Amino acid sequence: MKLLSLVLVNLGRNKRRTILTLLSVTFAIFLYCALGGVLDTLAESIKVGSETGLVTRNKISLVFPLPLSYRDRIAAVPGVKRVSVSNWFGGRDPNDPHNFFAQLGVDAATYMPLYRNAAFMSEQTACVVGEALFKRMKWKLGQTVPINGTIYPGSWEFTIRAVYRAKRKSFGEENLLFHWKYLDQHGMGGRALVGIYVLELSDPARASAITREVDAMFENSAAATRTETERAFQAGFISMYGNVPFVLRVIGLAVVFAILLVAANTMAMAIRERTSEIGVLKTLGFEHGTIFRLVLIEAAVITLGGGALGALSAKLLIEGSHFNAMGFLPPMTVRWSTVTAGVGMAVLIGAVSGLIPAWQASRLRIVQALRPAE
Amino acid sequence: MAAIEVRDVYKEYQRDSQRIPVLSGLTLEVAEGDYVALMGPSGSGKTTLLNLVGGIDQPSRGRVVVHGTDIAGLGGRALAQWRSRHIGFIFQLYNLIPVLTALQNVELPLLLHRMSGAERKKRARTALELVGLGDRLGHYPRQLSGGQEQRVAIARALVSDPAVLLADEPTGDLDRKSAEEVLVLLERLNREYKKTILMVTHDPHAAERASRMVHLDKGVLS
Repeated sequence: MKLLSLVLVNLGRNKRRTILTLLSVTFAIFLYCALGGVLDTLAESIKVGSETGLVTRNKISLVFPLPLSYRDRIAAVPGVKRVSVSNWFGGRDPNDPHNFFAQLGVDAATYMPLYRNAAFMSEQTACVVGEALFKRMKWKLGQTVPINGTIYPGSWEFTIRAVYRAKRKSFGEENLLFHWKYLDQHGMGGRALVGIYVLELSDPARASAITREVDAMFENSAAATRTETERAFQAGFISMYGNVPFVLRVIGLAVVFAILLVAANTMAMAIRERTSEIGVLKTLGFEHGTIFRLVLIEAAVITLGGGALGALSAKLLIEGSHFNAMGFLPPMTVRWSTVTAGVGMAVLIGAVSGLIPAWQASRLRIVQALRPAE
Repeated sequence: MAAIEVRDVYKEYQRDSQRIPVLSGLTLEVAEGDYVALMGPSGSGKTTLLNLVGGIDQPSRGRVVVHGTDIAGLGGRALAQWRSRHIGFIFQLYNLIPVLTALQNVELPLLLHRMSGAERKKRARTALELVGLGDRLGHYPRQLSGGQEQRVAIARALVSDPAVLLADEPTGDLDRKSAEEVLVLLERLNREYKKTILMVTHDPHAAERASRMVHLDKGVLS
């Protein structure tokens, strides 16, 4: 027998209590990491946008469109290689209005210049859908998908001609891309309004100069522009979540704090039940420090075990299930840094919950400990 | 040299604002290899004296010297180490750890000594064989009778080979037969293994087995 086996034997005294405490820590850390995963996913989604590509949108808000006539003027700015257009469609599945997925009207030739699927390119109502969405909806190639327009009212139909697989997970596979021309002709009455312009640069070093030039060009127009990097544009989306990331962090910490109190209470109870045994150990010659370590390690085994289990299962289960919050997020990711932070939280729970009982046990006077309980 | 030398020892406890004297200028000497029974009514200070000799409590005043070491001068850590090497405790209620087997309970004090696991097990087994429980190594306390539990406790007290054994009412919770077995065992440890024993007891029959009997009343020896 070794001192560590003494710890394990003590943990096995009340198996139900040990397992329940371990599971409560597991659950708390799972939740902490899952909420952290949402923040990780949002942060990852910013990275979809490049630092050298630019996006031009209406200066007032993304909600307001820009005229198509800006396209050629932007394309004429030195350093701009290609200009594409994209509009948020915001349609709803008529069969299930709560079934959310993104639909974008894009100029395929410039938005996906390397994509040359003849069936898609030649048919105005054709669309390309992400593989995850395709599988989730159990769609088939060639199937016609009805969607009710909200921004562009009416009943729309799209024919699935291709399925894409995202090279980067954060791009997401829950999107439906269709021809911008279709949107223009059937939804805008030929007014040719653009949601955003996507600028590909021939000289990325001139990105900031181009940004200034484009915005200066339309400064006094009816629709002034705001040009920024794709990454900054994505970050702007994240900022629309407002205080949600803060709230998620607070909820995560609150859960951890609640479990800390539970674990501390459990440890205090476990040690109080063993007061006379601690007295015996001290009588046999166990020093204050040894008793302190025994109790602290006991708390650490429960919390670290539970914490590691919770953090790793968050990583494996969430990423393995490709959870995407019904399409509101790209497939969720839980970064290793979040897993480490979760385990760190578990260590903190262990330290704080074990510290006071360990200190009390180590300071316990033998005579007092051996006195029969009143 | 006396194995135990208690000189002019006072012990007071503080309860709220009240000072309660327990020992008042007590002096006692126990020679090496002696077997002393300490008798007296409840509250006379017997257990307090035993605790002072074992270094688990400190006198308010006076000296307690055990095998040449003035234990009042030792700090917490040194005192714990000293206890693990020189003193074996036997309690009335055995105080075994319920989740450990007999062998593990006896091994417990040896965890504080530098030795291999095999050596620890060997010594613990020898101690249990000495108390006649060589066939109960893997039994948990709940699987043993009161007398057997007390014998495991004696094996635990012996395993570090301390010179002094302190027994606080070792037969107080046992039936006559088991008490007799324990007393025979203590006698044997004193006679054959030359252990100095200081035993607190209420039982005159148990006290008669000691080589010397002292009475304590209201904190003074009579």
